[in-house]
Amino acid sequence: MQVELKGITKAFGANQVLKGVDLKLEAGEVHALMGENGAGKSTLMNILTGLHKQDDGLVYINGEQKQYENPKEAEENGVSFIHQEMITWPDMTVLENMFMGKEKKNKFGWVLTKEMKQEGERVFKELGIDISFDRTMRTLSVGQQQLVEIAKTLLNDAEVIIMDEPTAALTDREIQLLFKIIRQLQKKNVVVVYISHRMEEIFEISNRVTVMRDGVSISTKATEDTDYDEIVRQMVGRDLEDYYPEMTNEKGDVVLEVNNLSHLPHYENISFKLHSGEILGFSGLMGAGRTEIMRGIFGIDPFEEGDILLDGEKITIKTPHDAVKKGIGFLTENRKEEGLILDFPVKDNISITAFEEFSNNGWIDTKEEKEFVELLVKRLTVKTAGIDLPVSALSGGNQQKVVLAKWIGAGSRILILDEPTRGVDVGAKREIYNLMKELAERGVAIIMVSSDLPEVMGVSNRVLVVHEGAISGELQRDDVSEERIMTLATGGK
Amino acid sequence: MEAKNTAIIKKKERRSDLYRKLGPLIALIVLMAIVTVMNVNFIQPNNLLNLLRQVSVNALIAFGMTFVIITGGIDLSVGSTLALSSALTAGIIAAGVPSVIAIAAGLLMGAFLGMINGLLITKGNVAPFIGTLATMTIYRGLTLVYTQGNPITGFGGGFAFQFFGRGYLFGIPFPVIITTVAFAALFVILHKMTFGRKTFAIGGNEQAAYIAGIKSDRVKTMVYAISGMMAALSGLILTSRLNSAQPTAGTAYELDAIAAVVIGGTSLAGGKGRLVGTLIGALIIGTLNNGLNLLGISSFYQQVVRGVVIIIAVLLDRKK
Repeated sequence: MQVELKGITKAFGANQVLKGVDLKLEAGEVHALMGENGAGKSTLMNILTGLHKQDDGLVYINGEQKQYENPKEAEENGVSFIHQEMITWPDMTVLENMFMGKEKKNKFGWVLTKEMKQEGERVFKELGIDISFDRTMRTLSVGQQQLVEIAKTLLNDAEVIIMDEPTAALTDREIQLLFKIIRQLQKKNVVVVYISHRMEEIFEISNRVTVMRDGVSISTKATEDTDYDEIVRQMVGRDLEDYYPEMTNEKGDVVLEVNNLSHLPHYENISFKLHSGEILGFSGLMGAGRTEIMRGIFGIDPFEEGDILLDGEKITIKTPHDAVKKGIGFLTENRKEEGLILDFPVKDNISITAFEEFSNNGWIDTKEEKEFVELLVKRLTVKTAGIDLPVSALSGGNQQKVVLAKWIGAGSRILILDEPTRGVDVGAKREIYNLMKELAERGVAIIMVSSDLPEVMGVSNRVLVVHEGAISGELQRDDVSEERIMTLATGGK
Repeated sequence: MEAKNTAIIKKKERRSDLYRKLGPLIALIVLMAIVTVMNVNFIQPNNLLNLLRQVSVNALIAFGMTFVIITGGIDLSVGSTLALSSALTAGIIAAGVPSVIAIAAGLLMGAFLGMINGLLITKGNVAPFIGTLATMTIYRGLTLVYTQGNPITGFGGGFAFQFFGRGYLFGIPFPVIITTVAFAALFVILHKMTFGRKTFAIGGNEQAAYIAGIKSDRVKTMVYAISGMMAALSGLILTSRLNSAQPTAGTAYELDAIAAVVIGGTSLAGGKGRLVGTLIGALIIGTLNNGLNLLGISSFYQQVVRGVVIIIAVLLDRKK
């Protein structure tokens, strides 16, 4: 199938999201669609699949003008969109999920499980997927669920599959499996539109790259004819020479000392020291136990053995409340589930950790609270039309700043940041790095868990690598390299 | 661009917020106007005071229920809590304890029963619906055991206890004054104090609130204690008015309370709600009951009407 979008414009109210976008998709290609959050990628794809209707411009399928009325019609015609947040029925089986709404049945309405299994097997075989149809969706990893979603599109003989940030929650192994399957699809002449923020993936999997910025397509190029710097430049609209802030290597006293922390089977004998004013990177493969260690220190999933010293004194942390009271803040890896109350205003999301700052015997001084929050919003340059706006209306980067504001407002001396730039666009990433640097300079001790290697190397003063629940090595800023980290992360010496 | 977009969202938010705030109030006014047109006796001061006194029993329970529902929970045990704490209070008054002390003991009893709910839900990890469904029958059973199935009557209780449900202050029924004071106190706790903020935060996203350092178990336990205490307070008014503690008192009261909360715009999903809304919700239910009685409509139809009103309230709420 060949798809062409010409001069697409779309406005939501006063907000002109697309300002005349052209995009051409050729059969059998993996077409990467790049751009910062808000550049219009998802809107464009939603127009192709009929969820939104464009204000102007035309869609051509195989040279003929065509307009899908809704995503269902698009799907039936072979154009499927796999959204970042998949919609599944977690307590129903894989088979039921695959055939949801299009079950095979006889004339009495009796569901024909055997026929459905046969067809499902055909698709699974094509893709080389091996998952039992009788398992409930809940028991599958996110990666496996994604594979089921892809298989589902093939039941409709999909010829165009749009994937929005498919690897955001996948482990490295699952990513490799996904890539294998994408290559399989390519052989079947399927067009894959691949939306991602992860640059390495783009260069590994795509044939062509289209960069969008502010509702316009900036350029489309064969992947081998472009490079990292050019894409970033096109996305941001300016050079990013000093992408990572200049780090000083000054550090103060040890503020946090962790001794022989264990919580089997997640981690064992974890010991390290954290100095004030330093950014300590935690690297390792996904599933190595980094997040679990941090959750242990913060009291979410308490550790079984070992102890924690704060300023040289032993402390007990049994719940997050204890940790917060001791001046520790924790930005979790999943801000929507654990970092924010999405429906609540920006104000309430920030002030939640710092009631004492503007209340007296439990009475809230709303004026003081407002000033308190506004100061933080300004300091962190959170882009919002007001602090009464629900935090869900903000972009990923600004949401992350709200979480940071919450912990800065709590007066945290120790900040644990788990994947602080996940789902955050390039510009906002840089702002977060600068903020981390500024905090470190003011004496805050920062632990950064990150799976983004360039980020770990660019921001950390020191890097600890975790492999299978144990610290497999420590690297100083001067001798850190991608190779060294990966060697340690995979169990090498 | 983003700023523009958010400005639009903000405007929409504000508008829907306004609907949310004014919707139930407008409904109440319209309802009262309709009843008045059909029977002008409705608007007589005497009837209105009577109405308010009738409403106070449900309103008090519904205030406590609002806290519970804002945390995303539910308290089905309020009717039984009401009966058990009333029976015990009547029992100790009959045993000769001064009524002021008995009233305090009754309220503490309610809070204690609520606390058990809270501990069951937080420490025992039982779903609120199941946990309070169980205590609903346990508390009711204990009431029957304690009263041996018979009403406790003729315990007198002196002036203070009599006044509690039957007295008038400046021409206003004392239960109405109690309800007003309780409303003011709970309003402040819910909307002006940190405890209320924590209550909302737990309903909005319990895990995020917990990680932000809120002791969610403690707050929730206290919320259920408040609900129990309000049920007990409501029971004391009822007991005083009837001058008898019925073992079956408060049966199905949880449903009217939940209805008042829902009509008032509080979300059963948690995180959203207002105490004023609940007050208006209770008034709407009270006006319906009172008005339909005045109009001479059979109590069978009244139930149908009440159900329809709940559906309309929820539908209107969803439209926003």
